[in-house]
Amino acid sequence: MLLFKMLGEYLLLMFETFKRPDKGPVFRRQLMIEFVGLGIDSFGIVVIVSLFTGAIVAIQTAYNIDSPFIPLTMVGYTTRQTVILEFSPTIISLVLAGKVGSRIASEIGTMRVSEQIDALRVMGINPPNYLILPKITASMLFNPVLITVSIVLGITGGWLACVVTGLVTSEDYILGIRAWFEPFTLTYAMIKTVTFAFIISSVSGYLGFNVKGGSVDVGRASTQAVVYSSILIIIFDLILTQLLLV
Amino acid sequence: MIDVKNISKIYGDNVVLNDVSTSFEQGKTNLIIGQSGSGKTVFMKCCIGLTQPDKGSISFNNREFSSLNEKKKKDIRKEMGVLFQGGALFDSFSVEQNVMFPLNMFTTMSLEEKKERVNFCLKRVNLKNVNNLLPSEISGGMMKRVAIARAISNSPQYLFCDEPNSGLDPKTAEVIDALISEITEEYNMTTVINTHDMNSVLQIGQKISYLYNGQLWWEGDKNTILDTDNPELRDFVFSTELTRRIKQPSA
Repeated sequence: MLLFKMLGEYLLLMFETFKRPDKGPVFRRQLMIEFVGLGIDSFGIVVIVSLFTGAIVAIQTAYNIDSPFIPLTMVGYTTRQTVILEFSPTIISLVLAGKVGSRIASEIGTMRVSEQIDALRVMGINPPNYLILPKITASMLFNPVLITVSIVLGITGGWLACVVTGLVTSEDYILGIRAWFEPFTLTYAMIKTVTFAFIISSVSGYLGFNVKGGSVDVGRASTQAVVYSSILIIIFDLILTQLLLV
Repeated sequence: MIDVKNISKIYGDNVVLNDVSTSFEQGKTNLIIGQSGSGKTVFMKCCIGLTQPDKGSISFNNREFSSLNEKKKKDIRKEMGVLFQGGALFDSFSVEQNVMFPLNMFTTMSLEEKKERVNFCLKRVNLKNVNNLLPSEISGGMMKRVAIARAISNSPQYLFCDEPNSGLDPKTAEVIDALISEITEEYNMTTVINTHDMNSVLQIGQKISYLYNGQLWWEGDKNTILDTDNPELRDFVFSTELTRRIKQPSA
């Protein structure tokens, strides 16, 4: 029953959120603020995680290739496929669920408990539209940029690891990442990214918006935002993979 | 003029408001008093449309408000200013941006006109050189004054204040009370204040409504409240040492 109640509340909130903003210039200014807060501020963690994980994938692949019949170009190929298909869109989205999701839930939750959301409503402003819509829009527009950067850096990290450790030559690695490239894999990655961005921002917004109580409840909403977003990301990862790749 | 007719609000088995009817006149400072849990906050939330009463109606200058949908409430809400208990300032905005916020949302003023209006409102609440400070960088009393400046920036017809003196020292509380009272007369607003501060009651209470267990128990003004023979109200009014001494100056 609780699940249905939450789903109903979430859908009603989204109905209020996706309305035309009261003032275009105010919405655009909020959107710019969110681009910085949710997007640009996430570059650091995306860069670090992508470089290192790309390197780890390349080393593990090289380590697992025992047979002389498997060419070492497979290291580049496998790293590219892993990074584009799963690592960048899903793992980075899970990382962003932790960073961005908790930020959204705690920011909106704090506004709820300190009556700032009530203040917006009595001024005649639609609070979900003013607070959540710019966050969803910014996430859905900017996360593809972050994931594109992550893909490039993941593959670069793999190349760096191969060259530094000497497991695979630079030529073999580059040959591998250029082999059997299917452009649809990028479309698939972007579809996942945009879906996950919507899940992270809307679920976290919903949990923050419905905080009741005080600082402990804000903390709880923040944790729930990360947990629920992560679970939904994994579930939708499976659904989208089944729909798009099989 | 705000007319409240027979409003009731029930949460589960708890009757929070029971058939409350009253009216608040324009240009007057109207106080709602009562003990904690008497229904003051729910009453005010009903008035500003944050809570929907189960029964009854609230109208602003003969315009029915409580039964309207959110979209239609918006027009009347633009005429309201609300001062929340904690100020409810937007903590990521500077003082200037906070006061400018209603102007950004509801007016077509130029930036220069908006800044002029913000400075006028801040000056009216006796604040200077705070435009660029964040709410976290100013004192509690200043926060309340900024919240008042924000509430009046769009020239509202109705001002609602939820316990404006909570957490303030008596001197600052007196300043805030005087400020609200002055602004009410100056702009001919209908002001409704929730409070349980007897100093406020005796200083600015032009009309006082006493809520007891969700019911309107007594109505009067600051000149008649000390002479009341209503036992529950007497109990409330003379519950502090200060008011007891007023009652028996020789004691």
